[in-house]
Amino acid sequence: MNVETDPPLVFRTRALAKVYRTGEVEVHALRGVDFEARAGEFVVLLGPSGSGKSTFLNIVGGLDRPTSGEAWFQDRDLARSSDAALTAYRRDHVGFVFQFYNLVPSLSARENVRLVTEIARAPMRPEEALDIVGLGDRMDHFPAQLSGGEQQRVAIARAIAKRPEVLLCDEPTGALDSKTGVKVLDALTRVNESFGATTLVITHNAGIAAIAHRIVRFADGRIQAVETNAARLRPEEISW
Amino acid sequence: MSALDRKLLRDLVRLWPQALAIALVMAAGVATLILGVGAHASLSETRAAYYERNRFSDVFAGVTRAPERIAARISEIDGVFAVETRVGKIALLDLPDIPEPASAIFVSLPDLGEQTLDLITLRSGRTPLPGATREVVVSEPFAQAHGYEIGSTFQAILNGVKRELVIVGTALSPEFVYALGPWDLMPDDRRFGVVWMSRAALAAAYDLEGAFSDLRVRLLRGASESAVIEEIDRILAPYGGEGAHGRKDQLSHAFLDAELTQLEAMSRILPPIFLVVAAFLVNMTLARLITLEREQIGLLKALGYSNLAVGMHYLKFVAAVALIGAALGSAAGTWLGTGLTRMYGDFFHFPFLIFQMSPSVYLVAVGVTLAAAIVGALDAVTRVVRLAPAVAMTPPAPARYRRTLLDRLHAALRMPQSGVMTMRHLVRYPGRSLGGLVGISLATAILVGSFWSFGSIEFMIDVQFHRSDRQDATITFVGEREASAVQEIARLPGVMTAEPYRSVPVKIRAANVERRVAITGKPEDADLSRVLGSDLAPVRMPETGLALSDQLAAILRVETGDVVEVELMAGDRRTVEMPVAMVVEGYLGLMAYADIGTVNRLMREGALVSGVHLSLDESRREDLFAELKAIPAASFVALQRVSLAKFRETLAQNLLMMVSIYAGLAAIIAFGVVYNFARISLSEQGRELASLRVLGFTRAEISWILLSELAILVLLAQPLGWLIGWGFAVAMAAGFESELYRVPLVVNREVFAYASLVVVGAALASGLIVRRRIDRLDLIAVLKTRE
Repeated sequence: MNVETDPPLVFRTRALAKVYRTGEVEVHALRGVDFEARAGEFVVLLGPSGSGKSTFLNIVGGLDRPTSGEAWFQDRDLARSSDAALTAYRRDHVGFVFQFYNLVPSLSARENVRLVTEIARAPMRPEEALDIVGLGDRMDHFPAQLSGGEQQRVAIARAIAKRPEVLLCDEPTGALDSKTGVKVLDALTRVNESFGATTLVITHNAGIAAIAHRIVRFADGRIQAVETNAARLRPEEISW
Repeated sequence: MSALDRKLLRDLVRLWPQALAIALVMAAGVATLILGVGAHASLSETRAAYYERNRFSDVFAGVTRAPERIAARISEIDGVFAVETRVGKIALLDLPDIPEPASAIFVSLPDLGEQTLDLITLRSGRTPLPGATREVVVSEPFAQAHGYEIGSTFQAILNGVKRELVIVGTALSPEFVYALGPWDLMPDDRRFGVVWMSRAALAAAYDLEGAFSDLRVRLLRGASESAVIEEIDRILAPYGGEGAHGRKDQLSHAFLDAELTQLEAMSRILPPIFLVVAAFLVNMTLARLITLEREQIGLLKALGYSNLAVGMHYLKFVAAVALIGAALGSAAGTWLGTGLTRMYGDFFHFPFLIFQMSPSVYLVAVGVTLAAAIVGALDAVTRVVRLAPAVAMTPPAPARYRRTLLDRLHAALRMPQSGVMTMRHLVRYPGRSLGGLVGISLATAILVGSFWSFGSIEFMIDVQFHRSDRQDATITFVGEREASAVQEIARLPGVMTAEPYRSVPVKIRAANVERRVAITGKPEDADLSRVLGSDLAPVRMPETGLALSDQLAAILRVETGDVVEVELMAGDRRTVEMPVAMVVEGYLGLMAYADIGTVNRLMREGALVSGVHLSLDESRREDLFAELKAIPAASFVALQRVSLAKFRETLAQNLLMMVSIYAGLAAIIAFGVVYNFARISLSEQGRELASLRVLGFTRAEISWILLSELAILVLLAQPLGWLIGWGFAVAMAAGFESELYRVPLVVNREVFAYASLVVVGAALASGLIVRRRIDRLDLIAVLKTRE
């Protein structure tokens, strides 16, 4: 890629550090992370528990603030934003997908998505988002009537319905079996490709790394290694 | 300490705001019972002891002039234990320290030996020397109201002669606990007092040497009161007997009894309601709280704790909360109960107080709350321990929601999804929503039950002082006067209109029910002191026959057109039959009215009047009072304005205090319910709400989701609460009723408004507290932990 055609930077962090103090113990969750991601990139964050990848995702997702260092989303200073500014950032730019789906049980699939489209600036229709994740025929089901994979796909639909610039996923397949997990990953890659949303996916599962543009390995609060996949696999080509 | 007990303590500390709120609700229930029952028991016990120690009489009789030797005949009546004769007269006082005319009842003290009945309790000084014509003992409240000390003097018009009297002592007496002047509604110690004098001196003033005008009798245990009364009436009749009566018709006793009845009604009706409400709330709240502990319970079981051990752990938790509540409630109830007893004791001028805080009341109060708490907890714990540990430790499966008819409504209203969430949540858990609804409406209801009496009393005041007795003053003559006396009074300065009345003591009978009442004769077109029909519009006096107050008619079981037997207790003491011409409204006392001409024909004594009602020119009040103070014909001047002010002041003191206590406790309950409901909802939905925050919802938006649920419940609960509260009011009005007064059941809109205002205020306060918790939701933790 040459300089002129490089997509713009979406995320940029510099010397990002986070210290949690619980009582007298200080936990250094992040010890200086320098990271960049460009528009449309699909990045997998790998690393053992406690390596700092979730903390990192929380900070770039506007759920937490660093102790020191810089974190930028485009020209927005996430490290020094107010609570209200972070809320607006999440509302307007970020789609989240969590391990445990975090759907509202009292709302149907369509209504869970509508929950977000009602407050977004230029959302797609909920039905459209559910079609993208392949749940066009289960829109009026409640979470209790859906399988785990289906619930996770509703969560993805909810995340993408606002047409976010970034999609942040924390162990999206963590609670799912291999076959269901592939469906979820398929939905994620399709969203990434068709909307160009920068996608950051946390996983324990090294197998998943094969579908990414880039793999960032976390260890001990630092980025240990960055690899670029010369040839990406399609989700259906992997299994675990 | 075992690890489990340590967990218990930590849980208590962790959940302290909720534990405290629940404990306060319980405390409110316990306190109400203890204070209500305690105050009533203490005052009843005090009264009983006071009556016993001071040998309060059982039978009372007034007579014009009976020779002293008659007393021996009376003491021979079967069932009579002791007899005391005395001279008793009401007379005007001339007190320079107040502009209004005042009166006192003058009672003789024996010159030889001690009093046998209705002993006075000397509070200061000594009794008058035998035969001393100027020395008097006055009632302590009267002395206090005027700042009199031993040696102070005042003037009185005894039998038309003005004398200067000197105070040698102050005293209290069980027969004047409630010292009421004629036509007064509340004791006014400034304008009415009791004066005890040497028998010889008082008898000389009223030409009653060797005779008496007042008879007191104490009965043997088990004696028939009515038989003794009949015999006394027979003996006294030739001497102008006015009819003997029992304690029931003794003014002070009757009023005191009515007060205690009211207090008892309060303690019988309100506290059990409070207790049940508190128990219900504690039950509901604890059950929900324990359901939230599901995972912990699963974990404990997984670790090898038995169901019993887990169950005991939570029961201990609940018992700890309940015991804190019971301890707070017992302490507060004892403190408030003692305070209330003191307040009433002061009002009644009891010379001493006996605090009767029976242990059984504490046991009942604490037992009921504890049981409610334990039953609530037990139910929840058994439901959870029944689950296999592995199941208990996983989050409950997503609750099943179904589409309902409501969804069409949501669609039609284009309700935002957050609103749909709220509505579905409410409908999904009908039991919990209903529990919250009932809890909040009960909070409103007990407030309505506490507040309503104000409106009713205002209504009573309006009827009594503005529609019925509209006169500014009432002069009661010493005995009956010629009708010309009315014209004399009408000529006094400042008198605009004068309206006579004639009052005759009678016994009125229908079948075997008999009541002592006064028939009040009024001019046909009475405009000052009016009689009101059941629609509260003034009615004209019937040309013949009687108008009975509805309560008297109900007691006698007669209606318009029936005939009652009337035994005159004055004059020729005939017994005649009279028709009931109409039934009229009456909140105070048992009343019988007739045309003044009818009464005079009945008495066969010509046109006489007992007193006169006046309307006054306010600017000339002072002049009139100055004249009235010296009028020999008058024995008492009632001033309705002053009465009303006194009435309100006394009510403000007693009822307001009482109702404030109940309302305060009700507000605590309201707060406790709403706070716990909101707090538990937050625990239940915290994860959902945090997810929404992550999705970009603002704090205000997610607070609204939680609080709108509460708001809907609070709003829905209000009409239900009003209805239940109205039911409480009906029960209390029935409990308040005595033959002396009937409290009209008037529940104003203001009562509902104030009750709801308190509940909504409590809801807002707890909403704000919960809102602060919502602001502190940990967004990250909630995504990491499973439910």
